Amino acid sequence: MLRIHNLTTEFPTRRGAVRAVEEMSLSLQRGQIMGLVGESGCGKSVTLLSILRLVARPGRIISGSIHFEGRDILSMAPAEVRRIRGADIAMVFQDPLTTLNPVFRVGEQIRESLRVHRIGTGRTSRREERETVLSLMKEVGIPSPESRYWQYPHEFSGGMQQRALIAIALACRPKLLLADEPTTALDVTIQAQILELLSRINSERGTAILFVTHDLAVASEFCHWISVMYAGRIVEQGPVDEVIADPLHPYTEGLLRSIPRLVKPRRRLSPIPGDVPDLIGLTNRCSFESRCDRRMPECAERPVSLVDVGGGRHVRCILYE
Amino acid sequence: MRGLRVLERILSTIPIVFGVAVIVFCVMRFTPGDPIDVMMGREGHVSQEQIDALRREFGLDKPIHVQLYMFLSRAVRGDLGNSLTKHRPVSALIRERLPATVELALGALVFSLVLAIPIGVISAVRQYSFVDRASMAAAFFGISMPAFWLGIISIIVFSVRLGILPSYGRLPYGLEPARVTGLYVLDSVLTGNVSSLVAALRHLLLPSVTLGAPMAAIVARVMRSSMLEVLRQDYVMLARAKGLTEWAVITRHALVNALIPTVTVVGVQTGVLLGGNMIVETIFSWPGIGRLAVDAIFNRDYPLVQGVVMVYALTFVLANLAVDILYTYINPKINL
Ligand SMILES: Nc1ncnc2c1ncn2[C@@H]1O[C@H](COP(=O)(O)OP(=O)(O)O)[C@@H](O)[C@H]1O
Ligand SMILES: [Mg+2]
Repeated sequence: MLRIHNLTTEFPTRRGAVRAVEEMSLSLQRGQIMGLVGESGCGKSVTLLSILRLVARPGRIISGSIHFEGRDILSMAPAEVRRIRGADIAMVFQDPLTTLNPVFRVGEQIRESLRVHRIGTGRTSRREERETVLSLMKEVGIPSPESRYWQYPHEFSGGMQQRALIAIALACRPKLLLADEPTTALDVTIQAQILELLSRINSERGTAILFVTHDLAVASEFCHWISVMYAGRIVEQGPVDEVIADPLHPYTEGLLRSIPRLVKPRRRLSPIPGDVPDLIGLTNRCSFESRCDRRMPECAERPVSLVDVGGGRHVRCILYE
Repeated sequence: MRGLRVLERILSTIPIVFGVAVIVFCVMRFTPGDPIDVMMGREGHVSQEQIDALRREFGLDKPIHVQLYMFLSRAVRGDLGNSLTKHRPVSALIRERLPATVELALGALVFSLVLAIPIGVISAVRQYSFVDRASMAAAFFGISMPAFWLGIISIIVFSVRLGILPSYGRLPYGLEPARVTGLYVLDSVLTGNVSSLVAALRHLLLPSVTLGAPMAAIVARVMRSSMLEVLRQDYVMLARAKGLTEWAVITRHALVNALIPTVTVVGVQTGVLLGGNMIVETIFSWPGIGRLAVDAIFNRDYPLVQGVVMVYALTFVLANLAVDILYTYINPKINL
C-alpha cells in the first residue's frame, strides 16, 4: 500500500546541507502497524512529513519515490496531494497542546476535517456533520462529547487533546495513519490508553499505522514490523518479534541493551556511548561506526547498503554483506 | 458572565478618567502664561479693575483647590465651563467639532488596517521576497516620517501639482448632507446623497492617509512578525495535513491567531493617532477638536483645553476598553 523508495530529504543550512532522511526505503501493507524507531533527531518526523509532502521550506525532498496505492505522491500535482492529505493518509502529531488551534472549539476542528474532503461529494448538513463528529468523539473515548464539542483546546487535558487529534485524523476514514510519537508528551498511564486506542482502530477499522517512536519498548509491544533508523537512514528492518529476539545491527543491539524491560534479568543496562552524529556531510559509509563496539577497520573505508538477509529482514552493516 | 465582566471593566475606567481630569487641571495651572493676559493683549490697554472683574467672572481669583473642586463637580454633570475666548460652553464646542475628529480618526484607522494587515500577512507568507522587503522598507519610512512632513508633501503632490484631491476642510460649502450622526461619509450614505459622499471621501483621503501612516507602518510590522511566529506553529501544520488549501490555512487558521497581538498594538497606537490628530487637523484645516485644542492652548483658554484633553483621555480609555473586549472574542483563553 505504501512503498517508499530511496527517499532523501535535505535542509540547506549555512554550514551545508542537512540530510535529515537519506535513501530511506520502507514498505507497509494494508492493516499493518510499522514502527519507525530511533533516537531523537534521526529523521523520523521528517520522514512522515515527506510522505505528505509537508516538509517546511527550505527543506526539500531531493530524490526517491513514495508510492501510495500505486501512485507516486512525489510526482503528483499539489491539488492531488491535498486530496490525499487527511483523507487517505492522516497524521497524528507529537504535542497535542500545540497541535490543536487554540482559538477554535475542539468539535469544530474535528468537523473541519470532515468538511475539507466533502466538497463535491454531495451536501451534508451541519447537523449531520455534528452527529458524525459526536460519534467520532465517542469512538476515541472522549466522555460527554455533547459538551466537550463546544470547549476550547485549553479546557482539555493532554490525553483528551490527543484523543481529539486522533478523532481529527480518523474523520475521513484514512487507510493510513502516520503517528508521530503520539504518546511522548503524555503521562505513562495515558500513554497506555492511547496505544490501546490506536491498536483498536487498527484492528476494527483495518487502518495501517506508521508509528514513530524513540521508545523501542513501546514499539515492540505495539507494532508488527519495525524499522530502526539511525542518522537519517534505516539500519535494520524486520518483523518485530524477530528483531527484538535477535537484533542484527549493533545499533539495534545497543538500543535493546539500554531498555530495562527488555534486558534479560541480571544483565546490566548499558547505554550506547557517544552521541548521534552531525547530519551534515555524512557519507554513504556507516554512520554508527564511531559508537560501534564491533567496529572494524573496513567500516570507515567501504560504503554500506541495506541488504536483504531473508525472512523479510534487512540490515545495513558490513558484517552482513 | 461575560456581560458582568465587561461591566466591571467599564466601571474600572472611572478612577482613571478622574485621575486624568485632576492631572489636566494641574498641568494647565502650572504652565506659565495667564489667560487674562492673552485675552487682554488683544484689546489694547485695560485697567487693573477690568482684569480683576474678569478674573472673578471666570473664578480665577479663587484658591486653586477650590477651582479644582468646581471644575470636577461641574464636569461630572457634563458642564465643562465656558470657553474664555469663544464665550460659549466648552461642551457645545466639543460636540460641534467631535464628529469631524471621529470621522478623521476612523478614516485613518480603516486606511491603516486595510493596508497594513494584508501587507503584514503577505510579507510573512512570502518572507524575504521583493514584496516583503519593499513593504518593510516602506514601513520603516512610515514610522520615521513626521506627520507634518507627510501631510505637506501630499498636499504639494496631490493638491497643488496634480490637482486631483482637495487639501482643505471636510466638504465644499453647501454640500453637507443632512445631519444624522455628524460623520459626513456615514450621513451621505444614510441619506443616499451620492455627490456629498464622493466629495466627503475625497476630502477625507489625504488627512486619513497622513494620520494613519505611522499606525499602518507599525501594524504591518507587528502583523508580519506575529504571522511568521504563527506559521511555525504545529496547528498550522495540522491544518495543512487536513488537506486544506494554503489560502484556507492562512486565512482561517493562521490569521486569527496572528491578529491577537495586533489588536493590542492597535489599542495602544490609538494614542499615537490622537497625538497626530492635532497636527493633521491643523495642516488640512480640518474642523475637529484637534484644531480647537491647538487654538485653546495658544490662548491659555483653560476650560477649553481641559475639555478637549478630557475628550482625548476618554477616547484613549474607551479605545483600550474596546480592545480588551474584542480580545475576549478572538482569544478564548482570556476572560478579561
Ligand atoms: N526545519 C528544519 N531546518 C533545518 N533542519 C531541520 C529542520 N527540521 C528538521 N531538521 C533536521 O532534521 C533532523 C531530523 O529531524 P526530525 O525528523 O525532527 O527528528 P526526529 O527523529 O526526532 O523526529 C534533525 O536533526 C534536524 O537537524
Ligand atoms: Mg520528531
